[in-house]
Amino acid sequence: MITHDLVILGTGPAGMAAATTALEYGITPVVIDEQPAAGGQIYRALESTPVRDRRILGEDYWSGESLIKGLKEPQIDYRPATTVWQLTRQREIGLLHDDKAEMICARHVILATGAMERPMPIPGWTLPGVMTAGSGQILLKSAGAVPQAPVVLAGCGPLLLLLATQYLRAGVKIAAILDTTPRNRYRAALKHIPGALRNASTLLKGVGLLRELRRAGVRHIKGVSALRAEGSGQLERVLWKQQGDDNWQTLETPTLLLHQGVIPNTQITRAVDCHHEWDEQQLSWRPRLNEWLSTDISGIAVAGDGGGIVGAKAAAMQGQLAGLGAALALGKLTLANSTELAQPIRKALARDTAIRPFLDVLYRPAKQWRLPDDDTLACRCEEVTGGEIRRMAEMGCRGPNQTKSFTRCGMGPCQGRMCGITVSELLADANQQSVEETGYYRLRPPFKPITLGQLAKAAEEG
Amino acid sequence: MSRRVVVVGAGFHGCSAALRLSNQGYEVTVIDKAYAGRHASGVNAGGVRRLGRHPAEIPLAIAAWERWQNMTSIVGDDCGFRPVGQIKVAENDNDMAILNERERQVQNLGFHHEKIINRDELHKRLPALAGHCPGGLACDGDGFANPYRTVTAWRREAERQGACFREGIEITDIEPKGNGWRLSGGEEHFDADLLVNCAGAWAGELCKWLGEPVPLTAEAPMLMITERLSPFLGTVVGATSRPLSFKQFENGTVLIGGGVRGVVDSVRHVAETRLDGLAENADTVASLFPFMKEARIMRTWAGVEAVMQDHIPVIGLSSQHDNVIHAFGFSAHGYQLGPITGEIVADLAMEREPKLPITPFSIQRFQTPCPE
Repeated sequence: MITHDLVILGTGPAGMAAATTALEYGITPVVIDEQPAAGGQIYRALESTPVRDRRILGEDYWSGESLIKGLKEPQIDYRPATTVWQLTRQREIGLLHDDKAEMICARHVILATGAMERPMPIPGWTLPGVMTAGSGQILLKSAGAVPQAPVVLAGCGPLLLLLATQYLRAGVKIAAILDTTPRNRYRAALKHIPGALRNASTLLKGVGLLRELRRAGVRHIKGVSALRAEGSGQLERVLWKQQGDDNWQTLETPTLLLHQGVIPNTQITRAVDCHHEWDEQQLSWRPRLNEWLSTDISGIAVAGDGGGIVGAKAAAMQGQLAGLGAALALGKLTLANSTELAQPIRKALARDTAIRPFLDVLYRPAKQWRLPDDDTLACRCEEVTGGEIRRMAEMGCRGPNQTKSFTRCGMGPCQGRMCGITVSELLADANQQSVEETGYYRLRPPFKPITLGQLAKAAEEG
Repeated sequence: MSRRVVVVGAGFHGCSAALRLSNQGYEVTVIDKAYAGRHASGVNAGGVRRLGRHPAEIPLAIAAWERWQNMTSIVGDDCGFRPVGQIKVAENDNDMAILNERERQVQNLGFHHEKIINRDELHKRLPALAGHCPGGLACDGDGFANPYRTVTAWRREAERQGACFREGIEITDIEPKGNGWRLSGGEEHFDADLLVNCAGAWAGELCKWLGEPVPLTAEAPMLMITERLSPFLGTVVGATSRPLSFKQFENGTVLIGGGVRGVVDSVRHVAETRLDGLAENADTVASLFPFMKEARIMRTWAGVEAVMQDHIPVIGLSSQHDNVIHAFGFSAHGYQLGPITGEIVADLAMEREPKLPITPFSIQRFQTPCPE
């Protein structure tokens, strides 16, 4: 098995910045990414997108060009279209590329595996025609494709508004935005405005998006408190209630895009069993990290949204920090040097993330969007409902590893990635215990399925 | 009379002991450092097997098999038991000779549950099996069940009978108190007239404290499970001279295990998988069922098991104390025996002669007699 100094997983802003920073200090990193092209989700398909009118995807998207260019440095061993199916605490990494599995080893690993969308398990969320805003945006970036219009966007968070404006600019008809931000949230978030002003440009961008939507006359329905998707065999209509009104309102639509913010993708940090904590402000799990973004496992660090949601710009800064951390760990920099080099990055990072408390409070998803009702699926792979999970709690299951054995919840092809947070929260709620006490799935390799034949061969050659 | 019992370890055997002792009116507390069924009992391959047992275990396995038939009447749940049969497959003539010898040996002991099947019968029962296999040894009525569901069913029945389960408490000290014991874990103390050691991989530690060390190692049998495949296998299949146990569940997923070992991380109390071992398993599967090469693996895992030097458990009274009963060290094949462990422990607690022969499992076998 070949041992490399540094292996970086992911080519979003954090992974790319980590790679170029490490290279500056004499480390030649291996950079692994599942996608055929660099950029992560935020800069997805930047080099190949058919959406050439730069106005549509916006300047923030195109700002990824310089990072992607940096990754093309010939000394960086960049391996696109490569799946990671295993990482051990000894930093052995199982890779799969072109149907061929292999194992490599690393002295230092930076996980830059980013965020995923928080599941929004409303009644009817599994109907064809209902998708997430994130996947809607991926379609737009990578294929210039738009779902069947008119579309309804429902939920809250910056990505929802961004996608709405991108659709607007691309000429997609938006039937309505159903905004689930509770009305009293604006007031609660207000006290975080002074802090957020340290990152005024991002704040202003948000205001700009809202203005653009308003000017275009997009129907923006606020204070949505209940939501369901209906149709026979596929989505036909969306129903909702507004705060203070007990009547259901209806809109016929072929497409519903749901969004309730993003959460760290902790699949790999969980699988190696890093110490995780429940972040009550962001309502999500994240690995515990030190000042160099290292986990409690020697030689494994996390940069970017995978360690807690910070956004694209801050993710790149964390990538730089993790790159310096790698140089320090590998003896390319002294502690004094790396500390000094890190100082301006830490400052910029503090400024950029000053907007998070405001965003976290404003867009904190209410309970009804996080906990499915009894008849709604929590686990899509194995078709387990919220009610079944609650029954398991009644039977005495305290944590999600116990419900797994009874219901197979979380044991399907997605390995619990989609339902993990929902099941932890459901059990915590039903057992009246904290999410921290409830815990999370024990995750098992392979992270992505590999065949028996591929596995047998990987070991032969390892 | 000794009435207060503390059972250390809430695995299947601990739950079984708790149920049977509660039935007899004992006041039972079961203490587990994690939760019921956390390790070997909850995550094993679920084989319910008389086939291939150590001769000393055969009477116990047969008695346990009768309990498996009546599981619902014992604990109110069938525990997912499916008596689909088990077959040990011969991969060559040498294997076949081993299996023939085994059948003869078992019959000489007076048992008739293991039967040789010839090539035609084997391939009739296992149409997807590779053509080179010349025969097998079958045990009809064996099968598989759902491990975690089993532990939970036994635990719940024990609770209904009055047993109390205390999870998340690690016993850190044992000292004699009066005619019994005082166990301490965290801030808590538990007084017992009788101590039952069902601590699995951690039972050796207890034995050391009790002054009767045993040759026990914690091992980590590995398992992997595939995506759902169309039904091709009704029976549980094992290999003869390579470690393999192989079964397809009703939902189509295929479980592959059979003894290849991972690594025990004794600090974190967990078992981890080892790639080369899994690959060896994958290779065996592909040679017996060639089409499986394309099957995708969804998950791999390993459980922590107590394995004795001679690969049979310790069941019986302590050699040092008259108020300690041991039932541990089932050496990665204890799941099927779970239902009768409790009955034996209850007999011993009540100072009755156990209905089953347990002399071979005495802890004394590890103690060299003092030279005269």
